[in-house]
Amino acid sequence: MNWVAEKRLRHDMTEIINTVETIDAVPHNSARQRSLYAARVKIHPKRGQGFYRNLKWVVMAITLGIYYVTPWLRWDRGAYAPNQAVLVDLAHRRFYFFFIEIWPQEFYYVAGLLIMSGIGLFLVTSTVGRAWCGYSCPQTVWTDLFLVVERFVEGDRNARIRLDAARWSLGKIWKRVLKNILWLLIAVATGGAWIFYFADAPTLALQFTTFKAPAVAYFTVAILTATTFIFAGYLREQVCIYMCPWPRIQAAMLDEDSLVVTYNDWRGEPRSRHQKKVEAAGEKLGDCVDCNACVAVCPAGIDIRDGQQLECLTCALCIDACDNVMDKIGAPRGLISYSTLKTYEAQKAGKPAVIGWRSFIRPRTAIYATVFFGIGILMLTSLLQRVRLDVTVQGDRNPQYVKLSDGSIRNGYTIEILNMEQRPRSFILKIDGLPAAAMTMAGVDGAPQQSFNIDVDADKLRAFKIFVAAPADALNVEQLPFTFLVTEQNSNGSPEIRSYKATFRSPNKDTTP
Amino acid sequence: MAKRERDDISGTETTGHEWDGIRELDTPMPRWWLWTYAASVIFSIAYVIAYPAWPLIHGATPGLLGYSSRGELQQDIAAARLAQSKQLEKIKSLPLEDIRKDPKLLQFAEAGGKAAFSLNCIQCHGSGAAGGKGYPNLNDDDWLWGGTLDKIHATLQHGIRYTADSDTRQSLMPSFGGDQILKPTQIDDVAEFVLKISGQKNDAVASTSGAVIFKENCAACHGDHGEGNHDLGAPRLTDAITLYVSDKASIVAQIKKPRQGVMPAWSARLDEATIKQLTIYVHELGGGEAPAP
Repeated sequence: MNWVAEKRLRHDMTEIINTVETIDAVPHNSARQRSLYAARVKIHPKRGQGFYRNLKWVVMAITLGIYYVTPWLRWDRGAYAPNQAVLVDLAHRRFYFFFIEIWPQEFYYVAGLLIMSGIGLFLVTSTVGRAWCGYSCPQTVWTDLFLVVERFVEGDRNARIRLDAARWSLGKIWKRVLKNILWLLIAVATGGAWIFYFADAPTLALQFTTFKAPAVAYFTVAILTATTFIFAGYLREQVCIYMCPWPRIQAAMLDEDSLVVTYNDWRGEPRSRHQKKVEAAGEKLGDCVDCNACVAVCPAGIDIRDGQQLECLTCALCIDACDNVMDKIGAPRGLISYSTLKTYEAQKAGKPAVIGWRSFIRPRTAIYATVFFGIGILMLTSLLQRVRLDVTVQGDRNPQYVKLSDGSIRNGYTIEILNMEQRPRSFILKIDGLPAAAMTMAGVDGAPQQSFNIDVDADKLRAFKIFVAAPADALNVEQLPFTFLVTEQNSNGSPEIRSYKATFRSPNKDTTP
Repeated sequence: MAKRERDDISGTETTGHEWDGIRELDTPMPRWWLWTYAASVIFSIAYVIAYPAWPLIHGATPGLLGYSSRGELQQDIAAARLAQSKQLEKIKSLPLEDIRKDPKLLQFAEAGGKAAFSLNCIQCHGSGAAGGKGYPNLNDDDWLWGGTLDKIHATLQHGIRYTADSDTRQSLMPSFGGDQILKPTQIDDVAEFVLKISGQKNDAVASTSGAVIFKENCAACHGDHGEGNHDLGAPRLTDAITLYVSDKASIVAQIKKPRQGVMPAWSARLDEATIKQLTIYVHELGGGEAPAP
């Protein structure tokens, strides 16, 4: 059977089963439609159905679930620390993440996480394209959620377009008010969940609802409510096209092996709405019936058939829409598909697709993955080995030394012991490397001692002043290095020991009588 | 009148201005810009009404809210004073030893004392309280008038040789040379003896005769062995710390015509809470003495 005959047969069959509706959809945001001098034209995305739509529902449920549930997870840390699994405790300057506790000076772990996030985004983009934008970006997720509400109140695409064009009536006012109220409720819940990451969630929830929470909590909720409401309700795709820097960086991240939503024009063109007529005239036609289903579902308001464009988030809803049409006309799926530039070029030239695991593993992704996991392993190793005891010593500078009445020289030191464990601990402070020296502690009367017992509360820093005195004849140099030793007491396993190098300063014997 | 017409390419009206065939588009301002501009105008009107704005010959219009940056500073200072008043009252009423036993109050008193020290005391005693020649080092364990809390407190209150205060600490070393109480050779011998008791090189013969002269003339205040006396403000001569002297020549000079330091009485200048904080601060510098049992 020749090609024309095959096509005719297929069309004859589909005509019996159903006909494809041609939608009057205009890609308002495509480069040739859009004008910077014109006001934005509202996009009315049609409801999608299919594999990728279902995948997006699942991702939406997971991401929203993580966002709302996380602050309510509990994690037992004993009597001296909060039991919230994830808590950014700004007031007490601690960051809790399940088994990890981070002090402000350990912020480099957070910096490492941010670097991992950045590299992770590169890694994801270079393999599966803009999956972040299309599936899990908060802007995408909340816009999707707001669209669900919009569809529930005002109906699908055609109903919404009619409603927009209709004159103001009680019905229209009611629908608009209801939609905005529902949006506002979601927005408040979104902003409301955010603050629970920064304080004990149950306590704050009670304070918040009884108007006893700190003003900053209400302020934060108000701001996030406003941004959620405006971004997801009204700005929508404009956030991605005009406000977000990521689409611009994207251009450098994608290559010929990255997955992108592709219109296979080698198969679809030339398109026609009047296939039978044209074919009857003996012209060769592609599979695209120009039904505009792909344009109607697009939340970004573009036509994927224009090719790769910055506005495309790769949400893949057009793939679903086109596949449904292809099913109806009995043509194979995949006129619009996830493809790579390489595959596209190959198929265009009549060769088989080169998609497969090989397209994921290439030097570029390997480097990204190495860096990503390298930082992760490095951080985890250092995290598991870090010492939960820190000592800093600051020698007095004014005066640097004090001569005592018996001729000996005294130096003052401010010592800070950080007990970073969730239990009170006791430490022994000693000096090493200063012959005949003894210590006294400011505020404590009594004879000079060789060591001091220092108790430090759980998760606390203790600062105190120590005076070290040494006989002048034991000091033969102006600056004598020695060590403060802090040893943990009553430890079951190996006690933690920290030392700190300090300098003992004494007058120059040549110039001072 | 210039001719306004619509530009074919952009669809925008022209201003009608034309230079060598180049016409200027009358592109409207972006809407967001106009709104921001209008909001700024409204804000500025409200601001002029609410805050000081128009300059007059003396000052400016006060504004409805009565705000001034100077007034704000006054409020901040008043608020800080109010926040500190509780601790200051406590410091005023509690005995010094009790303040020292309360770690939080001790910390507060030390900080307050440090601030008051920087303002009133560093001119003579130095910013690190290390003193200098003629000005005692407050960090060490040698005290002229006693280093317990109460004695430091009394010194701060009434000063030393400060004639305006009747309770001031008073002591006058005689001018052994100026008043010709001792002959120059005798002064020389006493100086050798002082070198000896402070463990320095000395002439054995001279210091032996100096010992006799010391007993007759100096021991009344400085003690038989030169151990000093806090009640009289007589320095201990046996230790390594000196106020005026460093070598034999300076010891001789001090015996001949003694220098006498003066410290003002602070009870007339500072309130009791501040003096108590200063006492604590000086005592905690490292040389403070425990009270006598």
